[in-house]
Amino acid sequence: MTTAAKSFRWREPSILPGFGLALGITLTALSLIVLIPLAGLFLKAASAGPADIWAVATSPRTLAALKLSFMGALIAALVNAVFGLILAWVLVRYEFPGRRLIDAAVDLPFALPTAVAGISLAAIYAPNGIIGSLFAPFGIKIAYTPLGVMVALIFIGLPFVVRTVQPVLEELQSDVEEAAALLGASRIRTIFKVILPPVLPALMTGFVLAFARAVGEYGSVIFIAGNVPMVSEIAPLLIVIRLEQFDYAGAAVVATMMLVISFALILSVNLIQAHARRRFGDV
Amino acid sequence: MSDATAPFVPAASVRRSSARGESVGVRIALIAVSLVFLLLFLALPLASVFVEAGAKGWEAYRAAITEPDAQAAIRLTLLVAAIAVPFNIVVGIAAAWAIAKFEFRGKNLLISLIDLPFSVSPVISGLVFVLLFGAQGYFGPWLQAHDIKIIFALPALILATIFVTFPFVARELIPHMQSLGTADEEAALTLGASPWRVFFRVTLPNVKWSLFYGVLLCNARAMGEFGAVAVVSGKIRGLTNTMPLHIEILYNEYMGAAAFAVASLLAGLALVTLVLKTFLEWRFGDEIAASRRH
Repeated sequence: MTTAAKSFRWREPSILPGFGLALGITLTALSLIVLIPLAGLFLKAASAGPADIWAVATSPRTLAALKLSFMGALIAALVNAVFGLILAWVLVRYEFPGRRLIDAAVDLPFALPTAVAGISLAAIYAPNGIIGSLFAPFGIKIAYTPLGVMVALIFIGLPFVVRTVQPVLEELQSDVEEAAALLGASRIRTIFKVILPPVLPALMTGFVLAFARAVGEYGSVIFIAGNVPMVSEIAPLLIVIRLEQFDYAGAAVVATMMLVISFALILSVNLIQAHARRRFGDV
Repeated sequence: MSDATAPFVPAASVRRSSARGESVGVRIALIAVSLVFLLLFLALPLASVFVEAGAKGWEAYRAAITEPDAQAAIRLTLLVAAIAVPFNIVVGIAAAWAIAKFEFRGKNLLISLIDLPFSVSPVISGLVFVLLFGAQGYFGPWLQAHDIKIIFALPALILATIFVTFPFVARELIPHMQSLGTADEEAALTLGASPWRVFFRVTLPNVKWSLFYGVLLCNARAMGEFGAVAVVSGKIRGLTNTMPLHIEILYNEYMGAAAFAVASLLAGLALVTLVLKTFLEWRFGDEIAASRRH
């Protein structure tokens, strides 16, 4: 193993064996399954040529689909940030019957296949469904409209905020709150000035995770969306449609736009968070 | 914020008094908001799967899940998971061994790359393989000349499933193995154990619960994956139709009760996964390092 240690200058020496084998398996699988296929996607998109890329990228249908996917994901992630925070708070701070069951149930969207979630959401939010029929008399349609897209995106993003905020709330020192209360701060003021600031980074992380998941979501959305071009057609569905028309380059361009926009958003949020952490310390 | 300066109050009573920070009315309101939110977005959808599945009675339910196409879909889903999950176990263990037990440059980049499939839309995860192996893909003509079918066949279903489940095992194992350090393995090696013996007798038993946890989540996703396999499958009934795809076909053909009957099997799988997951978190919470943030 000493020769191996010498040839890998970029790693610290260790008496443990198997580094080369383990890293080799990892890099081979990673390259073959993930990296080379993704590189092929970018290559395909680039091979379309500037004029064609521009035509696909700026076509009203592409822009409408991207707008729906990103705006829908944004709104759904905001809804999840608000209700996820409340839910995490309730689960950590209050005792009530069924709390443990609810705590476990929060992870359901991770475990339930998206197609199953899709058809069941479509069934209950349809105009004749158990929830949809409550709104139908007021002329509000949920399923088969952009509103339905958001319902599905809220469902699949639900656990992310709860699960990132919950551990931070659990570890919060209660003596700071007590001090704030003893010094005469109102409960509302204590919540916004003392409790929420340290929770904010986790809330932000959960928000980004829910958003990233929602942007690319397909299975749970297409059943409830109605899939009307320009109105309720999400970007992943547009990719599928382009593929079915054997427009590989068109599909690749839309896919690349999705990936580039979402990576740029995730990266910028991470940079903001890293900046905040440097300024305010790791909380 | 050292404990020495804190007033001497038992921890439990501090907790309780702070829990009384909000008035009873506010507390009830917040709990009610949470429950309504979960009812609308979790409980009702889940319940509706089973209600709709049974809407046409037991005979119709039995017929829907025993008809040949449904049986073929169930077998295919099990087969794909039976190949994709072990593959990801091997790669996940290898990745965790390299990342957790050694210090090397580019480690953080490697971790980010392993997590990459989580940020890629399932549809794109399928698309990349169509672009490589499809009729007009990079290797399409060569594959056709040699009569090898990847797209619209089992290999593509497996590849797409491995892609979307790639991070699951590794990301559960890495934090746990990192927290365990290397002392146990070093001791075993100094005592003369062979490297494989160290791995099977020391490392693997140490991480078995977080490994099982990762496999559980990996399997749930592998069996339930829809978007990625929808793109590469071609949805040929009885041949390349997995359970989620079979549900879509039935649903689009207005065979709602049959679609929900097959869906109820997957919902059952999800519930079993959830129960096992909760049990593992409750019983081995300290070992399952990543349990709260995947």
